Amino acid sequence: MMTTQVLYGLTACVIVALGLRGALLHASLLQRVVAINVMGAGVFMLLIAVAYRGPGLPPDPLPHALVLTGIVVAVSATALALALARRLHAEQDND
Amino acid sequence: MTDAMIGLVALPLTGALATLLLPRSATAVAVGTGLATTVAAGLLLFGVATQGALHYEIGGWNAGLGIALRADGLSALLLMMTSLVVLAASVYASAYFSADSTRDRFWPLWLLLWTSLNALLLSGDLFNLYVTLELLGLSAVALAALGGKRAAVAAALRYLLVGLLGSMMFLAGVSLIYAGYGTLDLAMLRRVVEPGPIAWTALALMTTGLLLKTALFPLHFWLPPAHASAPAPVSAVLSALVVKAAFYLVLRLWLDVFANVVTPVAANLLGLLGASAVLWGSWRALQAERLKLLAAYSTVAQLGYLFLFFPLLLALPPGPTRDLAAGGLVMLALTHGFAKAGLFLAIGIIQQRCGHDTIRDLDGTAQHLPATTFAIALAGVALIGLPPSGAFLGKWQLLAGAVETGQWLWLLVTATGSLLATAYIFRVLGHAFGHRPYPNQPVTVAREEWPALLLAAMAALVLGLAGAPVWKLLEIGI
Repeated sequence: MMTTQVLYGLTACVIVALGLRGALLHASLLQRVVAINVMGAGVFMLLIAVAYRGPGLPPDPLPHALVLTGIVVAVSATALALALARRLHAEQDND
Repeated sequence: MTDAMIGLVALPLTGALATLLLPRSATAVAVGTGLATTVAAGLLLFGVATQGALHYEIGGWNAGLGIALRADGLSALLLMMTSLVVLAASVYASAYFSADSTRDRFWPLWLLLWTSLNALLLSGDLFNLYVTLELLGLSAVALAALGGKRAAVAAALRYLLVGLLGSMMFLAGVSLIYAGYGTLDLAMLRRVVEPGPIAWTALALMTTGLLLKTALFPLHFWLPPAHASAPAPVSAVLSALVVKAAFYLVLRLWLDVFANVVTPVAANLLGLLGASAVLWGSWRALQAERLKLLAAYSTVAQLGYLFLFFPLLLALPPGPTRDLAAGGLVMLALTHGFAKAGLFLAIGIIQQRCGHDTIRDLDGTAQHLPATTFAIALAGVALIGLPPSGAFLGKWQLLAGAVETGQWLWLLVTATGSLLATAYIFRVLGHAFGHRPYPNQPVTVAREEWPALLLAAMAALVLGLAGAPVWKLLEIGI
């Protein structure tokens, strides 16, 4: 059904907006990292909604491949952010 | 010649793995890789000049499913600049790092950064552009944190978060494009994209993400701390190349792929932001107390000039005047790349030999480090835009375009920015040639000074005196 796709697409846009708001407004580092991940989840959901081609039809595989790559990138970036945050924390303890 | 395209990505990637596996001979491997990659960039430039735009489908998978590599005049020129700057900075870095542990971590990341830069400039579809942007961002952040001090780590973390936010916005725009047009291939998009809510929203999202990464005023706040606290060769490449990779994408999207979607109002907005960047960046550079901060704020200003071209190019009808202006834009970007890299390398020498980079305490530097001071002066000539630097030609075309289209505001901004640049460069030179004499023998550090001098001379002399082929190459589109 077309409306399912639209529903998923709109929800994805709301999630992106929520993540963006959090990334811009939160002061705490960890909250901002989480917010950027929420935004990423929204973008991925948008891509999955785009892949829907109608009932009974197989979905478009290309957006799925993009989402998989995107998840790998997001996980690596989050790991780097957390590693840097830990290093910063350790340095602060030393001072 | 398609071999050269593969080499440009495969060579530095192999080099990165090799330096990771063989840390003892990493420096030799890295410089060797650098030479080979530069040869590949030269071959590609030659190939594009003689055979026109090049195209290669990796593994024979056609566009849409596989990864397509493309090179036209613009990307071949930027690849050549990237190779020369990274090669020079690699030679410099081989003498710069004294601690083994830092050096071991430096080379793999350094070559990975180079791989992602080259891959970005060769990518022919939006999703690969997203992936290469992320790879570039991750390696750049890791390199920026190598300084190890708390300020460097904090700046790198902020750089990472801003970069991630930018990438996510870019990816959101990419998803909209796929929803609207069913393709991500740039060559196909160029034919099917048309003005409308989808194209406008997608372009706005992608552009905002890229402007964050290219640090256009007022999204520049993360750049000065990140560029000023990184090790010298890293600062050089971040300021000269990494921000320019995101700028290259803005250029590609606005003037090429989405050329019929862009409106004059949007281009004027970019121009206004660019003008603010020129004035604010130059003003802050004039007030900076440390040389590295001066160089970083100067990058904010110099990127601003590039955006002044957008309203001009949109107002000019297609024809020789527009081509001249577009060439001026690329010339300015190339000159800034070489000049800023040379400047950061020279500042690194001062920081190491004098133990500080405070502008007020530079007295006697001209006697202490004559070749380094000369490199700073040469880079300064190019940053101000004096003849015979490439920036002179670029700014000349900027002024000519402003007069031609009657957009006088940009003329005023360019003049004010250049005066401010003169002031901040001469403030440094004034201190360096200060009255307090340096009692000891002058020092030369060849392996660090040659790269800085050659890069600065490239910007101040070679591009200005032998820059005509740039315009010829830019006629070769995809």
